Amino acid sequence: MAIRERLSGNEAVAYAIKQVNPDVMPAFPITPSTEIPQLVANYIANGEIDTEFIPVESEHSAMSATIGASAAGARALTATSSCGMALMWELLYVAASNRLPLALTLVNRALSGPININCDHSDSMGARDAGWIQIYAENNQEVYDNFIQAYRISEHKDVHLPIMICQDGFITSHALANIELLEDDKVKNFVGEYQPENYLLNEQETMALGPYAVSNYYMETKKAQVEAMKNAKQVILDVGKEFGEMSGRSYGFFEEYKLSDADYAVVIIGSAAGTTKDAIDELREKGIKAGLLKLRVFRPFPAEEIAAALKNCKAIGIMDRSEGFNGQAGPLTAEISAALFRAKSQAKVVSYIYGLGGRDYRVEDALEVFDELKEAANGKEVEQFRYIGLRSR
Amino acid sequence: MAEQKKRSFKELMSQPERLAPGHRMCAGCGGTIAVRAVLRALHEGDRAVVGNATGCLEVSTFMYPYTSYEDSYIHNAFENAGATMSGVETAYNILKRKGKVKDNYKFITFGGDGGTYDIGFQSLSGAMERNHDMVYVCYDNGAYMNTGVQRSSATPMYADTTTTPVGSESNGKVQNRKDLAAILAAHDIPYVGQSTFLSNFSDLHKKSEKAIYTEGACFLNIMAPCPRGWRYNTEDIMEICKLGVETCYWPLFEVDHGQWILNYEPKKKLPIEDFLIKQGRFKHLFKKGNEHLIEQFQAEVDRRWEELQFRCSK
Repeated sequence: MAIRERLSGNEAVAYAIKQVNPDVMPAFPITPSTEIPQLVANYIANGEIDTEFIPVESEHSAMSATIGASAAGARALTATSSCGMALMWELLYVAASNRLPLALTLVNRALSGPININCDHSDSMGARDAGWIQIYAENNQEVYDNFIQAYRISEHKDVHLPIMICQDGFITSHALANIELLEDDKVKNFVGEYQPENYLLNEQETMALGPYAVSNYYMETKKAQVEAMKNAKQVILDVGKEFGEMSGRSYGFFEEYKLSDADYAVVIIGSAAGTTKDAIDELREKGIKAGLLKLRVFRPFPAEEIAAALKNCKAIGIMDRSEGFNGQAGPLTAEISAALFRAKSQAKVVSYIYGLGGRDYRVEDALEVFDELKEAANGKEVEQFRYIGLRSR
Repeated sequence: MAEQKKRSFKELMSQPERLAPGHRMCAGCGGTIAVRAVLRALHEGDRAVVGNATGCLEVSTFMYPYTSYEDSYIHNAFENAGATMSGVETAYNILKRKGKVKDNYKFITFGGDGGTYDIGFQSLSGAMERNHDMVYVCYDNGAYMNTGVQRSSATPMYADTTTTPVGSESNGKVQNRKDLAAILAAHDIPYVGQSTFLSNFSDLHKKSEKAIYTEGACFLNIMAPCPRGWRYNTEDIMEICKLGVETCYWPLFEVDHGQWILNYEPKKKLPIEDFLIKQGRFKHLFKKGNEHLIEQFQAEVDRRWEELQFRCSK
């Protein structure tokens, strides 16, 4: 029997960590992810888990030590947000190219400046080219479920890539909501024991990690990483299906909400999906065919699948919670536009920037977007890249 | 300390090398001499994970697909050798507790003075303060040699480097070198040793063994001359190291559980010129009219030597 609880997103992911019982967790506090290492440290202090916590002196050292622990043969993870992840930047690439299946529970927060502690996706979107798997959650239930699936994906022999489990700062991480937790033994059986293939402490064979590679070899390592990322697609689907069989909650690359017959669609990542669903319900009552694609997996990027799901839409609003500063689209829009172009889509595409630094995203904002999409579909020229929710003065 | 029969010099020197030949370090480089000497102190049957900050040593001993290390080895980045090894050591502790690893492992990480005194200092300080059971070895050649002899905080005063070049308005580096061994001792870690290459290496062998087999975080600072940066004839390396010690520029000392111990006191302290004159980086100090620069250098050596003697007399 599933356990009914009320937890915040941070509490939910910490509870998932407790159930997975990984070996090593180095971490450094940063709002709004601080509670995660605090809760893990408490589990350790009370003898509830075996995990070794390393209270490092910076996020740079957090990722460095996580890499060291993972390379040594341990199941390792860390938690961070925003500037903390920016300080890890170089090591994100090292973790991925060394093919270490470690995990990062990221609580998305605006990346300076000005300094701001609230939600947007500028931290993880900036790291989109680092070679990590990125999985996003709409709410506490999803971030819990995603973390339980994390190591099954990252440690898979066809993948061997680090994985980022993302949730929205404060909105998800701090708000209490109902949640259904799995029993410990179910989680344990689902995740399984970690059996690394190559690791520093392998008594049968030594290993050297982190070479200097000249031009003769470097490019092949990148090709191998992208092949692993492509392999991750099937693994994510398989693991999401198996998780569904156990829990009743299946996962794929994205969730479609009233999308199959939609003329106007919004694509969004994270907690703002719920608000958008409310707007869609209102519009549907009026007979307007509005729908939503809520993206869960951003890396690997399910380009063909997204294009196929949107193929009947007349106008698509793509919502970015981070800037790319190219002056024409946010990063999510740019990638989806490329996917639509390859699929020879004729849909009108509008790029919206919303919710930066924790700016509210309201049902009215979503309604405004759908209004505009409707006009665009009817042939009206609309601005193709714009901000919503800006102050009027 | 684990039980181990005291090994004779011959026994020590005739055991298999743990850093295989064929790497790409320069002839006459102090870096690999330091690595070989430290690894020689590992007891037979004990395994090691060797760590490394980015630098000459890393790019020259682990160029894909070849490694010179007989033990497991990890290089992560330039500025994080301390933190990286703290992760490895922590993983060992839990895997050993869980019965997944059975052998004894020791954790030894190497960094140049760039990766240790400067860019990796925070990471080192954190790892030492947390007292991970590991040894951090700095092979100190007093500049960023891998990128072409730029000054570091380990570079001595008046050295000619590519970022402190000697010119009509410059006599080289303006500042004194940072005393890293003392800073590490102030971390109150179990063991800090400062050494270099002398006669039969007994000082370095002893300190390496102590550092490896003392429980907790230990630090070794090894003066490891660089022929390219110091501009000396490669065959002079042992002579230069000896002069570094005999002039008291690089005293041999250790701090064992808080106790400062002077390991060697020259019968007759030699003037600093004897050390400087062998090195091209100090050539300008011997020009007519620059006598006062050598005097200043000598005064700084004397001040530090007295301070060390005072610490060791308590």
